[in-house]
Amino acid sequence: METTNILLAGVGGQGVLLASQIFTSVAIEADLDVKQSEVHGMSQRGGSVTSHVRFGEKVFSPTIDPGEADFLIGFERLETLRNVHCLKSGGTIIYNSMRINPSTVAAGVAEYPDDVAQQIAAFGEKTYQVDGLGLGQQAGNPRSSNVVMVGAVSCFLPLPESLWEDKIRQLLPPKLVDLNLKAFHLGREAVKGK
Amino acid sequence: MSEKRAILSGNEAIARGVWEAGVRLASAYPGTPSTEILENVKNYKDIYSEWAPNEKVALEVGIGSSIAGARTLVTMKHVGINVAADPLFTFSYTGVNGGLILVSADDPAMHSSQNEQDNRNYGRFAKIPVIEPSDSQECKDFVATALDLSEEFDTPVMYRTTTRTSHSKSIVTLGERTEQPGKVELVKDMPKYTMLPVSAKRRHPLVEERIVKLKEYAETTPLNRIEYNDTKIGVITNGISYQYVKEAMPEASVLKLGLTYPLPENKIKEFAAKVDKLLIVEEGDPFFEDQITVMGVKIDHGKDLFPLVGELSAAFIKSQVSGVVAELKDAAADLPGRPPAFCPGCSHRGIFTILKKLKVFVSGDIGCYTLGALPPMSAMHACVCMGASISMGHGMAKVVESSDDMTQKVVSVIGDSTFFHSGMTSLLNCIYNKSNSVAMILDNRTTGMTGGQENPGSGLTLGGEEAIVADIPALVKAFGIKNVVKIDPYNLVDIEEKMKVALASDEMTVVVVEAPCVLRYRISHPPLKVDAEKCTACKRCLTVSCNALSMEVKGDDSFVVIDPNMCAGCGVCAQVCKFDAIGE
Repeated sequence: METTNILLAGVGGQGVLLASQIFTSVAIEADLDVKQSEVHGMSQRGGSVTSHVRFGEKVFSPTIDPGEADFLIGFERLETLRNVHCLKSGGTIIYNSMRINPSTVAAGVAEYPDDVAQQIAAFGEKTYQVDGLGLGQQAGNPRSSNVVMVGAVSCFLPLPESLWEDKIRQLLPPKLVDLNLKAFHLGREAVKGK
Repeated sequence: MSEKRAILSGNEAIARGVWEAGVRLASAYPGTPSTEILENVKNYKDIYSEWAPNEKVALEVGIGSSIAGARTLVTMKHVGINVAADPLFTFSYTGVNGGLILVSADDPAMHSSQNEQDNRNYGRFAKIPVIEPSDSQECKDFVATALDLSEEFDTPVMYRTTTRTSHSKSIVTLGERTEQPGKVELVKDMPKYTMLPVSAKRRHPLVEERIVKLKEYAETTPLNRIEYNDTKIGVITNGISYQYVKEAMPEASVLKLGLTYPLPENKIKEFAAKVDKLLIVEEGDPFFEDQITVMGVKIDHGKDLFPLVGELSAAFIKSQVSGVVAELKDAAADLPGRPPAFCPGCSHRGIFTILKKLKVFVSGDIGCYTLGALPPMSAMHACVCMGASISMGHGMAKVVESSDDMTQKVVSVIGDSTFFHSGMTSLLNCIYNKSNSVAMILDNRTTGMTGGQENPGSGLTLGGEEAIVADIPALVKAFGIKNVVKIDPYNLVDIEEKMKVALASDEMTVVVVEAPCVLRYRISHPPLKVDAEKCTACKRCLTVSCNALSMEVKGDDSFVVIDPNMCAGCGVCAQVCKFDAIGE
């Protein structure tokens, strides 16, 4: 198996790191070499967050270089667009269409572009937009939109559905498992057949 | 497979490694990217672990533990070593009893730091060995080797990581704990541990001999490894750069250095002789390059291709070596940035809103409140290092002519953890030398920026046990400062009035703001709402820089809306609104 590169991009507090954890633990269970990298510290305060997940036979670098991501998983529109240059040619973009204003926009010193979706579509031929927030709400809590996105991406990876479900059961607190399994399946349904 | 495997960050792996290697005591001051080491060590109950108020104290606690015979871990971020340098350089002379490793977590590219100093230089400067792992397995395994080395050579060992080794995760095969056989007890050995000139003069030659012996050790240790491949290109590398080299140049021969000070001269010469072209790939300073040049070895490429500034990557190395720049998609242009900001409900928001309004010069410090320097708040004008705000503010106030011009007045702003770290001595200096400056201590009862760690003002220890709550106003009064004022950071009128009085005074004033961190202590009040009828879209409320607020445009009408999922109900925005449009 060639190395698969998944770049996750979102905003501090969106659960990007938990989503990464689900990817890495599924890959390790599938007996693959795995590396994951993120930078935390100041990102906790509502800043941009990216997480790099790589798995395959043997992985050296823990980071994905620009132009090398097989998948760009966006947890927010603008953060997706900010990272499109990381996508490999022919790579797949799957992103949550929700909008979170950066502090600069909230303060009225910068504008949130109107045409983010069109700009993203111009970068990747294979682009899937998911209503992560709506589906998370449907699952019972908008905060589960990160697991909605995991569900959507899982459809594109050759790893069994049950493995994903097992890891969600292991990684989430017991009282949140059912809700997140629902979110995971809603995410899968959202991209199936598209 | 019967062996236990886990996916761990470098920091988690170091914690596991020290547990397996029989470490008994661990001390640290939090600092990105080192913080999670102790946060994980605390889960191993065989190890006593604690947060110290600063890095110097952390190392001194560690030295005590080592002298008593226990294996010991001390961790800090790169700039923390500057604070701990005083004990470090003399600890190099005394040497250890129980092995001690000092983790220096460096931050090339300054993801969360004020400089990108390369702490390998400290190894050479303090004459102690430096060990650098390249992935999480090595982060764990090298700990035991480092502690053996520390005891065998009677030296503290610097254990250097970078952000990428500390914060990236990879698969680790786990082991079990081995208790150390030696007894932990106090044994008096004045010539070894009491560094008076008479004994230090005897210790210094031993330190020089030790480095010679360590050079011999460097030649044979498995920490340094040659991977011969195609010999057209040979690369000498270390740490995370090794991973980038393996990815970028899989065909190259590699000398991977795990012991990065002192260097194995013979091994380097042997490797250099076998390869046609020699490259040195190291992040940061030309630490290897300079020393290898002095050895008389010809280097084909080093810092000419791989710069001193920032981080390396596999793609960058590839393009520098091949001269071919990969064609990339352009990044989307001109997107609004998303800098970190004060959390909704943060007690710092009101303070900086008023400081900005007063137009004073704000001498800042290291913590969440440093975000007050970023636009749109833009209300901090200097920040150098931990604890410097008060002393710098004092220096400014002493040389600037006193006047009523508010732009020429200085307010020093420091947090609780930073005050305990090294702000207390600065404040003592102020009152001793008759300062008329104003210092604000923003006490949110936690070390916020690194993720909400406990400190002497939190009432809790690292292990979660109840502890004292250091009384900051009492401490300040004990220094002899008479003007100690408390203000409510959620009451803008209170802040402004009391600050004006403080700024007009001829005597030093210390303003103490007691308000627990809303993130750490999960404090929230019912969200506020905007009355769209009253809102004139003047954007005044947006200047308080809160992510819960945004402008909404509906047809010709525009007004501010508050996201109820984000708003913590602190009321700062409502107080700046001139139209009474924000309420419950």
